[in-house]
Amino acid sequence: MNNKVSFLTQNFGKYDTSSIDSYMKIGGFSALRKAVKMEGEDIATLIAENKVRGRGGAEYDMGRKWSQARKVPGNNHIIICNADEGETTTFKDRELIKNDPFNLIEAMIIAAYVMRATDGYIYMRAEYACFRPLLLNAIRQAHKYGFLGKNILGIEGFDYEIHLYSGAGAYVCGEGTALIRSIEGKAGRPRMKPPFVKVSGAFARPTCLQNVESLSLVPHLLLDDEKVYQSYGVGDSVGTKMISVGGNVRHPGAFEIPFGTTVRDIIYGLAGGIQGDRKIRLIQFGGASGKIATDDILDTPYTYQDLRAHGVMVGSGALCVVDERTSVIDFLRINQDFFSEESCGQCTPCREGNLHIKIILDKIKAGTATKEDIAVMEKIARVMSMSSLCGLGETAQNTLRSAIEVFPEVFAVGGAEA
Amino acid sequence: MSEAAIEKEVPMVHLTINNIPVEVPKGTKIMQAALKLGIDIPHLCYHEDQKIKAHCRLCSVEVVGKRRLLAACSTECWEGMEVHTDTQIVRDTQVSILQLMLANHNKDCLSCPRNQNCDLQRLCSRFNILKSPLPSVVKITPRIETNPSIVRDPSKCIRCGRCIRACKDVQGIAALTYAHRSSDIVVTTAYNKPMEATDCILCGQCSLVCPTGAIVEKDDTQKVLDALQNPKKHVIVQVAPAVRVSIGDAFGLEPGAISTGQMVTALKLLGFDKVFDTNFGADLTIMEESAEFVQRLTKGGVLPMMTSCSPGWVNYMEKHYGDLRDHLSSAKSPMSMFGAIAKTYYPEHAGVDVHDIVTVAIMPCTAKKFEAARPEMGRDGMRDVDVVLTTRELIKLIKYVGLEFQQLPESDFDSPLGFGTGAGAIFGASGGVMEAALRTAYEKVTGKTLEKLDFDDVRGFEGIKETTVDLGGKTVRIAVAHTLRNARLIMEQIKQGTCKYDFIEIMACPGGCIGGGGQPIGTTNAVRKKRMAALYQIDKSLPLRKSHENPEIITLYKDFLGEPLSEKAHELLHTTYHKVDRPYEF
Repeated sequence: MNNKVSFLTQNFGKYDTSSIDSYMKIGGFSALRKAVKMEGEDIATLIAENKVRGRGGAEYDMGRKWSQARKVPGNNHIIICNADEGETTTFKDRELIKNDPFNLIEAMIIAAYVMRATDGYIYMRAEYACFRPLLLNAIRQAHKYGFLGKNILGIEGFDYEIHLYSGAGAYVCGEGTALIRSIEGKAGRPRMKPPFVKVSGAFARPTCLQNVESLSLVPHLLLDDEKVYQSYGVGDSVGTKMISVGGNVRHPGAFEIPFGTTVRDIIYGLAGGIQGDRKIRLIQFGGASGKIATDDILDTPYTYQDLRAHGVMVGSGALCVVDERTSVIDFLRINQDFFSEESCGQCTPCREGNLHIKIILDKIKAGTATKEDIAVMEKIARVMSMSSLCGLGETAQNTLRSAIEVFPEVFAVGGAEA
Repeated sequence: MSEAAIEKEVPMVHLTINNIPVEVPKGTKIMQAALKLGIDIPHLCYHEDQKIKAHCRLCSVEVVGKRRLLAACSTECWEGMEVHTDTQIVRDTQVSILQLMLANHNKDCLSCPRNQNCDLQRLCSRFNILKSPLPSVVKITPRIETNPSIVRDPSKCIRCGRCIRACKDVQGIAALTYAHRSSDIVVTTAYNKPMEATDCILCGQCSLVCPTGAIVEKDDTQKVLDALQNPKKHVIVQVAPAVRVSIGDAFGLEPGAISTGQMVTALKLLGFDKVFDTNFGADLTIMEESAEFVQRLTKGGVLPMMTSCSPGWVNYMEKHYGDLRDHLSSAKSPMSMFGAIAKTYYPEHAGVDVHDIVTVAIMPCTAKKFEAARPEMGRDGMRDVDVVLTTRELIKLIKYVGLEFQQLPESDFDSPLGFGTGAGAIFGASGGVMEAALRTAYEKVTGKTLEKLDFDDVRGFEGIKETTVDLGGKTVRIAVAHTLRNARLIMEQIKQGTCKYDFIEIMACPGGCIGGGGQPIGTTNAVRKKRMAALYQIDKSLPLRKSHENPEIITLYKDFLGEPLSEKAHELLHTTYHKVDRPYEF
């Protein structure tokens, strides 16, 4: 039942993360050396051939993103590594930063080569401040060895610097435009699109934003002559995926799995099953903005397609397993508290909608909700999802809306306790 | 350019809105395309003169093939686009958003300054929001009435951000901003200080764009009503040049309509003892200011000299560039000059005890309320201008007494302070003060008659206008700027020592006073341009177009003031400025 693999995590524990020499001893920067001998477009194609989807949650075709980004005119593109990892129960990027910082730096340099970027930013969440020295040291050493700075690897005009920027704790700063505003020193609030980030992002420069995991995959793919990556996975869900499992499991943690592993194998194998062998009340996939399922999902393979068919999504790669001690309504209230706190407040549906849904959830809990309350709640949730300015408002009620489908009895008037 | 050539330059896109085909130039947003078909998509944060924010989401529409609704204000039309503005989800969204706003809004509409002139109220009426299923979550806090100009009521704020954009993008000041987040988000000042204690210069542009009653002028109408009812008081009123071309907006007249005669009749019917004209004060300002400029130019004074009629601009100078305040002309504004004459010359002339005189000024401006309250603007514990009403407040008074404005006959201003030349009239438009000053300065310096009175280079809506004028062999370099964002550009030049001008006119508000912060709600740049044209039309139609030819001004100097810049003129018509320390300098 052990499905743990190590493709993306192959360097974990193999080198001293504070030493570039140690990293180079295991082949570090050979992917970069290989990359600079290739055409940028071919690297984008390689990613596309491996059917990599962005690991931040939006599941966008990464090869296509790179190909589009490099076609944007300009010679001062910006690469941003989104290390905000603000989704609840999500801590896979943390493992990648902690165990393989040089790989991430190398990946960002390769991205710079492909996109003709002159600056890279790692936007890391405030809570990961403990990794700042690790990353700063990695950047400094890479600089010293000529992997950053001017004329990288002796290539005339290949100039690139990486900057480390810490967020201040807002969940919404994981959203691309809010993150960019935060980097620019402004309040981290999303803005409307267009202009699109790839054309006018940070400091109005063409910008390519990628998640830590997405970037970290690139050096490994470049060196994967044997096509080991493609040997993993099922159908269109090619390769491996970092997931993080939390909640009432025995062994919460981040794991690399091949796509296609069943949810049962993840929860009962990798994560050691439920504490006290209790029953599962629900599983939330992809963090606070994710959807939920009951234990009837256990035998579903963990792939983009199969999860979708079951009404949930891979999203951030998180699985929050909630056992029978927590009622559905209590879980929803906790989840709602998160959004009521984290909405940026600019757009009406998200700002006011989160507030009122919280009030109605409290009424359901107290057993005082009316049929009209439930109808109003459903309507607001839909309006939020359809009309909010950014992805936060769009997805904030995913959990509630899926709960209404999965647990209709909770929302039957007078049926507060599930 | 031929029509074909225009078409070639801007490609057209074809789309349907509610299945009706429409063709628009590429780049057109859905909202404007819909308007072309007569469909008004509801909106609150959108304002035609501002950057698009797409915050309120009220304009969300359905576009076939899109998973989510798109904001009509921010989404460009594309070829083959199919838009629907009246589907169930669109209607649910519009109604829900209005209900959500209402639940967080202080609904004391009947006693709101913006009652019946409120975008939120109008939309709730349009969508027939009879009751809201949502509980009220509004936090009622007292109105913030700490300065003479502007009142804030955060319980009315819908967080649309229009005031923030006006302050930041038009004025470059950013006294207002968002603070906090989620349902705690508020529009406020730095450290939540009262506006007058921030970088705010009380121009009132925020109050002009606020869709609700969250930012309004300080209402002083009751003071005027009380004075008018007091038989002991001799109540006189002066009206700024910009008011006569804006007040009609509120009574169904076309923007830019000239309604001087009806306005004077209305003021007389309101019960004012005398109705005078600030254009007279403007002519007086020109006498002093042009003389001051000629003196600085010929005898060596601080140059460039900058005009000082706009109180928002004077506040800006004192707060932001206090060390450079000597560049300001010491001449008071037309309103304050008028006030000084009304409390000195006029009582003698009319045989009224000065203590019984109440002077009221109708201004397109909120900052004028602050100016009138300055200690410099009065003597012996008496204010020169007792009450300043904005155009909006005068509209309220006219409605209060039930006058059918459109049907009123025309009447003339009273004498002796009621005669103004064309030069005084154009004070209301950006460039007008400069043009008026040049007409007088030219003739005073050269002794020749100015052939062409129109200084076209300083007219129009351009942010900074430049020209040069030959004053008796000396080339004088002129600049005219409106909005403080543009003023800042010039001030920075002065600071750096790179400013090449001799004489600069600054108006705080876009377009000058015709676009002032006290003008009727609905004052947009398109409306401003029409008002501007109307003022130049007034100027053109008048027999006297130079301030120094104003017979009442000539009499005033002969009988009372002597010469421009005389000791008496200095005492009454000139002022001093102060550097204002800001409470937070970083």
